[in-house]
Amino acid sequence: MNKYLAGRLLQTVPTVFLVTVAVFLMLHLTPGDPAEVFLGDKRSSPELLEKVREDMGLNRPLHVQYLSYMGNALRGDLGRSLQTNVPVMEQILNRLPWTIELAAAALLIAAVFGISLGIIAALNHNTVIDTLAMALALVGISMPVYWSSLLLILLFAVQLRVLPAIGQGGVERLILPATALALVSAGSLARMVRSSMLEALNQEFVLTARAKGISERRVVIRHVLRNALIPVVTILGLMLGNMLSGAVITETIFARLGIGQKYVEAVLQKDFTMVQGTTLFIALMYVFVNIVVDIVYAFIDPRIRYV
Amino acid sequence: MSEARLSAANAAKLAKLPDRRSGRTARFFKRILHSRNVLAGAVVLGAVILLVALAEQISPYEPTQQFRRQRLQPPNAEFLLGTDNLGRDILTRILYGGRVSLQVGIVSVAIGATLGTLLGLIAGYIGGWSDILIMRFIDMMLAFPGILLALVIIAVLGRNLQNVMIAVGLSSIPVYTRVLRGSALSVKQFDFIVAAQALGASSWRVMARHVLPNTLAPIIVVATNGVAGAIIAGAALSFLGLGQQPPDPEWGLMLNEGRAYIRVAAWVTTYPGLAIMLTVLSINLLGDGLRDILDPRLKL
Repeated sequence: MNKYLAGRLLQTVPTVFLVTVAVFLMLHLTPGDPAEVFLGDKRSSPELLEKVREDMGLNRPLHVQYLSYMGNALRGDLGRSLQTNVPVMEQILNRLPWTIELAAAALLIAAVFGISLGIIAALNHNTVIDTLAMALALVGISMPVYWSSLLLILLFAVQLRVLPAIGQGGVERLILPATALALVSAGSLARMVRSSMLEALNQEFVLTARAKGISERRVVIRHVLRNALIPVVTILGLMLGNMLSGAVITETIFARLGIGQKYVEAVLQKDFTMVQGTTLFIALMYVFVNIVVDIVYAFIDPRIRYV
Repeated sequence: MSEARLSAANAAKLAKLPDRRSGRTARFFKRILHSRNVLAGAVVLGAVILLVALAEQISPYEPTQQFRRQRLQPPNAEFLLGTDNLGRDILTRILYGGRVSLQVGIVSVAIGATLGTLLGLIAGYIGGWSDILIMRFIDMMLAFPGILLALVIIAVLGRNLQNVMIAVGLSSIPVYTRVLRGSALSVKQFDFIVAAQALGASSWRVMARHVLPNTLAPIIVVATNGVAGAIIAGAALSFLGLGQQPPDPEWGLMLNEGRAYIRVAAWVTTYPGLAIMLTVLSINLLGDGLRDILDPRLKL
């Protein structure tokens, strides 16, 4: 186990390094002079550009700039927003709880609906129920999140008037955005659980369990589900990442002041430090989530060994 | 996009290609004709392409033509799907906008599949340091989940439609690379590859003439579903204001423009949304059907 952990962590080192380098280089890959990028739409004179270069340390060699950027980042300093002059880290931390709330709720909804649908489909393999469940899953997968968001608003906020369309705070403002965000994941989860269940149902230990005369209910719960749901843990971890980025769209539509909404705003306003800092933050968070998922996975299924 | 990302996790399973037998072309087409998924998907997609291609013949209006006195009209005989807040015909805008969405889907997949395939072939067939370098690079790309990578690329390159295609294309590279690497690793073991090498064929020749043709099945499956994902991602970027700019039509942009009027004129958003969903659904059906025929063991 320890060897697996060490290996997994070691494998992350180059990824994290490359991610930081890529995020750092974003500024230099942008067409034009980095100093002009920092000035944004403000008028620039040669003197002003030189002052910005001096202030931001853009005259130093690239690797020195990288080390100083990373040194600051490690201390939690991601610079200040070019638009509001508020520290980037402060804005991220202010908005993070709203995004985590949304992603967690969406993950829960996706897991409940996706797993149930997949189990129902697998237990009724090759029947009308199976076909209907899979058709439902396909529709879920084919619904872009911006479209399902608008449909949910139209149905529950405009027609039925039972839930608020926008804003944040309270369960009633969480249901619609979380459901919209969950739909795609629920669809693909249902398909995976179904095929994973079908595979488990065909295993010999299931035959043995049935031959022992255990009730079918017990066979499904104790023998099939336990094996079929193991891969689902990994998938749920991957989905959390997709939900963090899907929040970009849901938060924009439902006017939730989370990280995703801020990110789009920053890209639109060319608020470069904000984009850079948020990108680094989300990417590293995602890498971290993936490590946790892999470790949990190894605990649940002792057969998994690091290769 | 989430689909595409998740399928990357299945890359390992792709390595086990189904064995190939002779006379498969005829049987392939026979199976296509018998696959309900492929047929349904192909018919709907064909209809979409036909409608979009014949936009000039179908619609008497221009996509940006404004009828100032006919703003936010519900569907009627004159404007079959109604008009938007500027009095533009929604059906016309959907038809012309579809060209953009389909173009984004195809061009980005072409970019992603070409580069991703190339990297995967090199990583899988040549291996060694090139494998390590390429896969670490792919790991780095995968650290930016979902649409985030495309957003980062747009933030760097600037926002317009061309950059949307580049961004969506580049961010789909990892899926193809992982699939191809797995396939190349398994194909590499076969005797005919060893034979080609023994005859003195160069690495590039072996890759292009022997490895690539034997890895086409999974590429076709992944690329088909990739078009659906690229259409969704492209429309998402335009929806966010980072792609197609007004007044030109595009499905995602239309959804965003209609959003403000959803309480008074729902048709402004529902019809472009339906267009996206129908197109994506038909491509996904087609992809699912092709997967069942070409590569039954592949689970997406």
